[in-house]
Amino acid sequence: MTTMLLIASLAVGGSALVLLARDERPAFRAATPVVFGGLVLWLWQVVCTGYGVPEVLLPPPSRIGAAIIGHLPTLGQDFQQTFLRAVIPGWLIGCASGLLAAIALDASPFLRRGVLPLSSLVSAMPIVGIAPIMVMWFSFDWQSKAAVVVVMTFFPMLVNAAAGIGQTGAMEADLMRSYGAGYARTLLKLRLPSALPFVFNALKLNATLALIGAIVAEFFGTPIVGMGFRISTEAARLNLDVVWAEIVMAALAGSLSFALLTLVERVVTFWHPSFR
Amino acid sequence: MGKVAPVLVVLVILTTLWYGAALAMNWDQAQTLADDDAGWTDVATAALTLERPLLPTPDQVVGEMIRGVFGYNVVSSRSLLFHAGVTAWAASLGFMVALIAGMTLAIGIVHIRTLDRALMPWLIVSQAVPVLAIAPMVVVVLGNIGLTGVTPKALIAGWLSFFPITTGMVKGLRSSDPMRRDLLRTYSATGTQVFMKLRWPDSMAFLFPAMKVAAPLALVGAIVAELPTGAQAGLGARLLTGSYYGHTPQIWAALFMAAILAMLAVAAVDGAQALLVRARGGRL
Repeated sequence: MTTMLLIASLAVGGSALVLLARDERPAFRAATPVVFGGLVLWLWQVVCTGYGVPEVLLPPPSRIGAAIIGHLPTLGQDFQQTFLRAVIPGWLIGCASGLLAAIALDASPFLRRGVLPLSSLVSAMPIVGIAPIMVMWFSFDWQSKAAVVVVMTFFPMLVNAAAGIGQTGAMEADLMRSYGAGYARTLLKLRLPSALPFVFNALKLNATLALIGAIVAEFFGTPIVGMGFRISTEAARLNLDVVWAEIVMAALAGSLSFALLTLVERVVTFWHPSFR
Repeated sequence: MGKVAPVLVVLVILTTLWYGAALAMNWDQAQTLADDDAGWTDVATAALTLERPLLPTPDQVVGEMIRGVFGYNVVSSRSLLFHAGVTAWAASLGFMVALIAGMTLAIGIVHIRTLDRALMPWLIVSQAVPVLAIAPMVVVVLGNIGLTGVTPKALIAGWLSFFPITTGMVKGLRSSDPMRRDLLRTYSATGTQVFMKLRWPDSMAFLFPAMKVAAPLALVGAIVAELPTGAQAGLGARLLTGSYYGHTPQIWAALFMAAILAMLAVAAVDGAQALLVRARGGRL
């Protein structure tokens, strides 16, 4: 029975996808991934309930939905602890100081040639590993998580912003000089605006990194609230529906911040070729 | 010399700052431990040689690493090389899986329109999702059905490095010059021939940067996968026990080891790229 339902859904869903993908109208193009996502969820549900997959292995989507609604207050608290208290301040501080450091480095070519190779080296390192050190320095609470996020977001911003500031065209710089513009004005009117696409690139990259940093830092000790704490303890207690609910929350938080940043980027850097 | 000097100067500045910070942060602890009649030089010496300092000095960290690497037999669980090897093994297994799966999926996406339309948006969204958050659950669930040891770690490492490889490969397979594709069409080349002679060679310029992003991610995945179960071996386990017992030099040594592994991984990708460039006569 389940097998037949499975084959039928696969056949119907698959052919619907193939038909949708052939159509070039924008509405149909947008519908294809949605239908695909729905199909995956449906198959997941059918397999889980139909074959009686134990919930300690994989809870069906309906259970996860129920867990999201049932644990809404807890999820809200965890979201507040992890996202509002650790991710956002840490991301803001890390990105701001990375940007300031890039501007400061811009004034000294010697330091820039020393710092940038080291920074790109650090960017490629498993920085989440500093979490236990930060927990030791800044207490168990959100301060240590924010500190991890600051360190994780600082270097990508520094590297990207420095690259952005450094790539101002010589023609534009000459034009500014012919206007008699000083260092500050050139920086404000030409170099920073032209670095913005790079800065936004780092902001978006850092949004994901910040969430990862805060969640992983909570694996090393935390008060009894927070997304990372909930994920690790409920996984150990085999309450997988709650774990999945947290993961859905984290995914939503991540992709919504990403979408918001993309929107802001479009508005702020409307002049960039990729948006014209 | 023009490139090395600035880096060296910055490194010297950083090391000096580090010693200063170590002195400042460990001062209180050193003072409580010191005798009443100890002068400030004694306290300062003590602050730089504490057994469980808040911030170990660079020489303490390097000392701990040297002891960990050369002090014990490689198979001993006290050897840092042993733990690094455990993590590196899981990470490279996962990376291989991700490489094969990512390439396969990318080839599918480029050639099958349904896959492209249905999957590509999800792959892009997935870059904004903290995929690492699933690590504890995967480890616990796989442990439940009897899969422990290297498998869960490799799976998480692979899962993490899978996304950059897939998106990079899709971009690469589509990066071919349309003129050349047209030329191949005038030769009446088949789809397989276009793939083997044009798309695949062109994709390498995108695959290698993607691999440089993916390799450290695989390492992060392997390390984080060692956290939730309190694994006995691996750099993640070293970080965890170090933080339980407050043995800070051990944490820093594990961290620097992880950094060295990440550098080695990136260097290995660079090496493979250099080999390929040479085999192709000087261009990627």
